[in-house]
Amino acid sequence: MTIHAYKKSKKQLTIFFVTLIGITLLSAKLTNFNFLHGIQTLPKAIGWMFSNLYISAQSLEKFPSVLEKLVETIFLSITSTTTAAVVAMFLALMGSQTTKVNNFFASLSRIIASVYRNIPIVAWALILLLSFGQNALTGYFALFLATFGFLTRAFIETIDETSSSSVEALRASGATYFQMVAKAVMPECSPQMISWILYMIETNIRSSTLVGILTGTGIGFMFDLYYKSMNYNVVSLITISIVVVVIGIELISNYVRRVIL
Amino acid sequence: MALLHVKDVSKHYEKGKNVLSDINMEIFEGEFVSIIGPSGAGKSTFLRCINRMINISEGDIHFDGIDVSSLNKKSLRKHRTKIGMIFQHYNLVSRLTVIENVLHGRFGHKSTLQGVLGMFTEDEKMEAFHLLEKLGMSEHAYKRCDQLSGGQKQRVGIARALIQSPKLLLCDEPIASLDPNASKVIMDHLQSISKEMNITCIVNLHQVDVARKYSDRVIGLNSGRVVYDGESKALSSKAIHAIYGSEAGSLIME
Ligand SMILES: Nc1ncnc2c1ncn2[C@@H]1O[C@H](COP(=O)(O)OP(=O)(O)OP(=O)(O)O)[C@@H](O)[C@H]1O
Ligand SMILES: [Mg+2]
Repeated sequence: MTIHAYKKSKKQLTIFFVTLIGITLLSAKLTNFNFLHGIQTLPKAIGWMFSNLYISAQSLEKFPSVLEKLVETIFLSITSTTTAAVVAMFLALMGSQTTKVNNFFASLSRIIASVYRNIPIVAWALILLLSFGQNALTGYFALFLATFGFLTRAFIETIDETSSSSVEALRASGATYFQMVAKAVMPECSPQMISWILYMIETNIRSSTLVGILTGTGIGFMFDLYYKSMNYNVVSLITISIVVVVIGIELISNYVRRVIL
Repeated sequence: MALLHVKDVSKHYEKGKNVLSDINMEIFEGEFVSIIGPSGAGKSTFLRCINRMINISEGDIHFDGIDVSSLNKKSLRKHRTKIGMIFQHYNLVSRLTVIENVLHGRFGHKSTLQGVLGMFTEDEKMEAFHLLEKLGMSEHAYKRCDQLSGGQKQRVGIARALIQSPKLLLCDEPIASLDPNASKVIMDHLQSISKEMNITCIVNLHQVDVARKYSDRVIGLNSGRVVYDGESKALSSKAIHAIYGSEAGSLIME
């Protein structure tokens, strides 16, 4: 009986891997991706990177203006994340099974969150570009819309996982809706929610580079500018600054998480 | 007159599948009643119908002279303040302190704003400490609840229910997650609450011997029907087998 089950699961595993390899080969064929060619050009690509992507003394002169744009980008992603978190909080309270007001609003908020979450941030940037033009507001809204969809979903799960039992107890004792939210949901969920917000700030700093290329703002715009004028030394300065900032933010948020959780 | 009067109550979640069928009973002030029955018999559902955490499908429930089904939002809130509830998993706000959790039991008596701002009177705070002392928990008053043992958490749960000044305590498997020592402490407290404060207790239990030892009366549920309702002393082993739908001698007991 158990041996049979074991054999069966082994067989399933084999089928799974064979299928996976099959799909990989098929998609390579469909997209004209040649593995051999890809591997052959790898050394050349790495060689190019080493000879072009380094920071020269000359490019360091640009550091103050890079820093300025970097700060702009950090603030953009913090503002968009925190404002999105406020909206997400309301939608999550409506959408969670624990704190929903009624089924209609619960489904509505889940649908809204899901639609906004599943439209890629690049698509948002391009759509908004049409209505707002090339300015910081476009970048802000693109980050805001994608973030609030994601955070709503994350908050809904946090609420249902961590506070459904204490909410049940308060409801049974005759507490009102806002008493339950303020005294059970908030204390139980806020550490987890803050953790999600920090995660989204990190993510948004990374995405705002990409969004900036499209919308012509922040660090992304600068990246695009030097990239197109083939000043690769400044491009690597920018890239490394972004990496340093993202790692820095990650370290800060790890520290904050340790303290609050 | 009975404190709780349950008449022809049925409950189904999906049409045609009754979880409770034709439940009738009267429960009197100060009584200690245990409800026993196999998993899925409908014990938790029945308890939650009494404070209308779940709406019944048919029949009616009168508590303290009031028809529970007819209550509007505001009077439902008032109804619930008269009924304390104790849970298997304690259902405390684990990141808050013991004393804060106990005071949560007062929300039903307060306006939304007073509750949200955490405005409690001196009397309420005194009462909270008094209850904690009575339950042997005063030294833990300022500890966070996630630092307590299961038995201690359940005592916080009891204090939170008692500060409501309830007439009835609904206990849904209060000792199912506790070791025998902690279980005895909790059951002793519930018994003294019922005897000394004259608060009616309805307790869902999985341990027949505990039910027999502590309660005045045992109600046996099976598949949503009352199959036994009588004094705990009169609970024969034949009745127990009928409740659990098993052959004689096939149950784990002492
Ligand atoms: N929200 C719900 N929706 C649909 N069915 C439910 C729901 N809650 C409970 N049930 C069903 O109702 C029946 C009774 O459940 P209930 O939890 O009242 O049993 P119980 O006697 O408390 O069991 P246990 O001893 O395991 O706690 C079960 O068959 C369960 O599947
Ligand atoms: Mg149950």
